[in-house]
Amino acid sequence: MTTPLAEVASSPSTLRAFLHGLPGVDRVGADARAAMLGTRSIKTTAKKQAIDMAIGMVDLTTLEGADTPGKVRAMCAKAVRPDPADASVPPVAAVCVYPDLVATAVEALAGSGVKVASVATSFPSGRSSLEVKVAETSLAVAAGAAEIDMVIDRGAFLAGDYLKVYEEIVATKEACADAHLKVILETGELATYDNVRRASWLAMIAGADFIKTSTGKVSPAATLPVTLVMLEAVRDFLAATGRKVGVKPAGGIRTTKDAIKYLVLVNETAGPDWLHPDWFRLGASSLLNDLLMQRQKMATGRYAGPDYFTLD
Amino acid sequence: MSERTERLSVRKTYKLFIGGAFPRSESGRSYVVTSSKGDFLANAARASRKDARDAVSAARKAFPGWSGATAYNRGQILYRIAEMLEGRRAQFAAEVADADGVSAKKAGELVDAAVDRLVWYAGWSDKIGAVLGSANPVAGPYFNLSSPEPTGVVAVVAPQAGPLLGLVSVIAPVIVTGNTCVVVASERAPLPAITLAEVLATSDLPGGVVNILTGSAAEMAPWLAGHMDVNGVDLTGAGPELAVTCEELAAENLKRVLRPPADRVDWLADPGIERMTAFLETKTVWHPIGI
Repeated sequence: MTTPLAEVASSPSTLRAFLHGLPGVDRVGADARAAMLGTRSIKTTAKKQAIDMAIGMVDLTTLEGADTPGKVRAMCAKAVRPDPADASVPPVAAVCVYPDLVATAVEALAGSGVKVASVATSFPSGRSSLEVKVAETSLAVAAGAAEIDMVIDRGAFLAGDYLKVYEEIVATKEACADAHLKVILETGELATYDNVRRASWLAMIAGADFIKTSTGKVSPAATLPVTLVMLEAVRDFLAATGRKVGVKPAGGIRTTKDAIKYLVLVNETAGPDWLHPDWFRLGASSLLNDLLMQRQKMATGRYAGPDYFTLD
Repeated sequence: MSERTERLSVRKTYKLFIGGAFPRSESGRSYVVTSSKGDFLANAARASRKDARDAVSAARKAFPGWSGATAYNRGQILYRIAEMLEGRRAQFAAEVADADGVSAKKAGELVDAAVDRLVWYAGWSDKIGAVLGSANPVAGPYFNLSSPEPTGVVAVVAPQAGPLLGLVSVIAPVIVTGNTCVVVASERAPLPAITLAEVLATSDLPGGVVNILTGSAAEMAPWLAGHMDVNGVDLTGAGPELAVTCEELAAENLKRVLRPPADRVDWLADPGIERMTAFLETKTVWHPIGI
């Protein structure tokens, strides 16, 4: 790294040189390490702790065309008190909705400590003009969103127009004002782990507070090796700049077993400092019920059934 | 090619039957199965509580499709199972003879009875509603109709005796009405159960409608009886102590319980419809007349 980080985005060529100068990712090695960490056995009291920690890290998400204010209010109630029958279950970290439903969520969550996150910038494709993206972000922030989940322009990224992606993130960050900015890389469309590493660094240099794997609309969504690469990036970014960035895998995380694998991965890659809702989130919807069912199973000693938890 | 060698026979690995697939036990355990005379027959998988849990998930997943299929279709599939069973008569007769120590002739009769039992229950699929349902006379301008509905996922502890006929006689009445099931096969004689699973897997029966576990009923049945996603338990093959434990555990979510019979069951006798009604519940609907 010959150019200081602040200056790498001064021209398309320096940015390109920097991103392509990042060390390549050993694909087989990353897959093997993620798979190996996924075999850790987390049982009994450690599992209990991990389940509660994971519940506290969930961004409870609904991003459907059919979302109604009623559905969002029901989800907010669940976010504050995930298991109505058990007050010892911690609330989730945030709810994540489309911009037009932010106001509904803010009202429903007032005073609860659960944050409202909104997707923005023409989620999920990101195919619109910068003006529209910035305006959408401003609307969501004005409606009360504390966190903005933006998508990057994958088309520009894959075409090699890194500066365009960079400038969009910077502009969105500006529009966020005090809101936290999560940048969705949509790793399922980036084709290689090298690209994931480049996109992670690009987002962090541009000012992202969080880097997020996926929209949940593209398969594959979050995977362990991709998250490993991103966790390495935030770790290295902290060492290089002193600024700490969070990571959020989202999409396809449905079981407690999966969630615990991610926690192990965080602990072993970025370190225990990241094991906090401020620095690590799990974007999910159906995961929460599985966490609650596992929690109940550990408390009662009998396998839980979905009939006894709310439908999402 | 001067030397002639004896061909080594290929032995079957007896595994579990979960969700239409044949996995080994997640615990990696197996146990030795012997004939009624004590000779080694095979190693069978010893399923764990986690296999039981997986089987319940598979059964739950299969329930909407199976209970939503037409009664006629379910009957056809049961009839198809009978056809497939008939085609492997010799194999089943040999396994039953080994397991029960009965003569080849008697074993053949037991297999025939199992085939007939399936055909008998297949016929019930579209008739049970007419027998148990009713148009109720009510004091008002309404139709009032009651019809039997399947309960859901049923855990079945298969009888220890009667490794084929007994097994078929407890599975068929549960599934013909639209339930799905998790069956703990006879611990002493599990081989016909796994061979039956091969029949089920090739009978157009959707995966997960019947799941068969081999191993210890005492180990698995309490987990199934306590499972909140199981809606009924058939304790036919459970001993008196195990049956009491299971019935207590089943009370937590008000499962339907079929208690073990007091006397030794003659599986060749006419079964009646009690085994079907045990896992049916009545739905009654009101409908206005003349609008």
